[in-house]
Amino acid sequence: MSLALAVGLQALTGVAMLLIISLGLAVIFGMMRVINLAHGEFLMLGGYSAILAVRHGANIWVAMLVVAPLVVGLLGAIVERLVIRRLYGRMVDTMLATWGLSLALIGFVSMIFGNTVGGFSAPLGSVDIGGFYTSAYSLFLVFAAAVMVGAVWLVLRHTPFGLLARGTMQNPEMASALGVATERVYAVTFAAGAALSGLAGGLIAPLSGVVPTMGTAYIAKAFITVITGGAAMLAGTLSASVLLGAVGVLATFLTTPVLGEVVLLAVAIILVRLLPHGITGRFFRRAL
Amino acid sequence: MPLSRRNALRSVAAASATLAAPAIFRHAALGADPITVVGIHDASGGLDIYGQPMIACLDFAVDEVNASGGLLGREIKLINYDPQSNIQLYTQFATQAATSDHAAVVHGGITSASREAIRPILRRYKTLYFYNTQYEGGVCDRNCFCTGSTPAQNVQSLVPYIMKKWGKKIYIVAADYNYGQITSKWLTKYTREGGGEVVAVDFFPLNVTDFGPTIQKIQQAKPDMVISALVGGAHVSFYRQWAAAGMKKRIPMASTTFGGGNESLLLSPEEGDGIVVAFSYFQEVDNPANKAFLEKFHAKLGAKAPYLGGELAMRTYTGFNLWAAGVRKAGSIDRMKVIEALETGIGVDGPPGRTVLDGKTNHVSLDVYFAEVQNHGFKILEHFPDRPPADTASVCDLAAHPNTDKQFVVDVKI
Repeated sequence: MSLALAVGLQALTGVAMLLIISLGLAVIFGMMRVINLAHGEFLMLGGYSAILAVRHGANIWVAMLVVAPLVVGLLGAIVERLVIRRLYGRMVDTMLATWGLSLALIGFVSMIFGNTVGGFSAPLGSVDIGGFYTSAYSLFLVFAAAVMVGAVWLVLRHTPFGLLARGTMQNPEMASALGVATERVYAVTFAAGAALSGLAGGLIAPLSGVVPTMGTAYIAKAFITVITGGAAMLAGTLSASVLLGAVGVLATFLTTPVLGEVVLLAVAIILVRLLPHGITGRFFRRAL
Repeated sequence: MPLSRRNALRSVAAASATLAAPAIFRHAALGADPITVVGIHDASGGLDIYGQPMIACLDFAVDEVNASGGLLGREIKLINYDPQSNIQLYTQFATQAATSDHAAVVHGGITSASREAIRPILRRYKTLYFYNTQYEGGVCDRNCFCTGSTPAQNVQSLVPYIMKKWGKKIYIVAADYNYGQITSKWLTKYTREGGGEVVAVDFFPLNVTDFGPTIQKIQQAKPDMVISALVGGAHVSFYRQWAAAGMKKRIPMASTTFGGGNESLLLSPEEGDGIVVAFSYFQEVDNPANKAFLEKFHAKLGAKAPYLGGELAMRTYTGFNLWAAGVRKAGSIDRMKVIEALETGIGVDGPPGRTVLDGKTNHVSLDVYFAEVQNHGFKILEHFPDRPPADTASVCDLAAHPNTDKQFVVDVKI
């Protein structure tokens, strides 16, 4: 029984992890249709920002929850201004540009900080669930993922900016004709997506090896999640995370880590084959 | 000048004579030519945590030999290639080293996958190859010298040591490629020989970062210890999540790979301290040769000097010096002459202790140290001098079968 509870919690953590690493991409790729191949590096920069802030004496929570998203959000604003702005509507070109950006960021970080930066360990200690220990921090991640999804939903659904952003992404010409400064909306949305990725990087920093190339381990999963989710970016990413995260964790637990990865990918492929427009192409169609 | 056939022929002949001249002069002055040595190590990409210290040590070794008058009176020219943690580039650079650089020797390869990619190429092009990394053992090829430690040297002594210390039930987590697969077989073999039991072996693709389910599985299996043969930056997550789940205080851990790169620097002391590892060198090894080496190394590289951690970088330094000793003994850089000189059982003294080549296997006898991670570094626990490469020696005899060209794999069911 306690094992079932422990595995259930683990599955919940797996879902939260997928959600956290995908949400920034959901905004940038799912909403703005910019294929951001530098998403992994946004995560990496979030991790580095958090670590450096901690080393310079910042409180761990401030470093992870404030510094990381701020730094990467700012970087996102700069990148949007210099590169992405020229490429809206040219999906394949954004792919090439952000791939270059990804390589440049990896090179840049290796050059400045070398390939080794000592990390900080996860706060909060561990909890005992009927004889099975798990980190309290991973439970905090579940909470953080819920807050992140809730915040994005609130902003998009209940603020004037959210309305403008959704309108602009749906039909930029019409929005522009109605007097919306679409360029500003694009810029702010991109920066917000980058900030979410940075926050994700800060959150996973205590649980992963923060090295310049760490992004490559996360980017494929993030894209798979967002694409499987489909058109409604929030409901899609949420449902895809729940499905893939839970299936991945359970398969890993019941079989082997190798098969766990295989099952996760197989489920994603089957889903996209059966539902070419993603989960939200058929279900939750009216959702955000 | 009107363009006639005769004129054209004459000018072509003149031109080719002019072009050929430097080649003739160069040939005449061959004795003063530099000897080309090629290094192929990942200076970028996921494996750079291993590659960069190895390159620093190879550079240092070459400079040292050049400063003392070179080899056979000739300067050594080192060409470093960066395969960027990409196997395809390994094969490309190995071909380039053999066919266009005419390298006297190639030092390189980090993962066993990269070694098996370039070993056949260098053999085909008759270019001497040194693989200076701790690995799973069993390579039997006269053209390839493996100077790192193998399971019979580290695992065979480590397993009884930790079983005595911690208990007999072992859970193995390993990287999912030839190194992890074969090393876990050796681990299983030595555990069973010592009367222990391997409760489970889990393999992880190199990009896995979420170890949560496995950590629950390990708790369910309740082993006395965990042995890790995980590799690379993504797998560092395992140690962090293990510590975050509070398991570090409950189940002790040993590793065959931890500290080969910069793992001990990436983790905080709370996460890393106490992991027991076995390598043929640690920066903390306390002997006069190591002290002198580190002094020179740090004087030369200053703040850029990498932490040498486990053995990979030091084996690269020792491997180069072994090759140089072979060349001195052979009095030539001719491949066969150097191989024969090396196979007479050449040895070099250095920071890790004495390294002696075993002519039957082209592997080395070396000293092995056990150490415990302590505050980003290592605390040496035990020292076993002069461990022979018994694993490879049990299957490989190049003196009797010089044309062998394969990697033997231990046959253990897991």
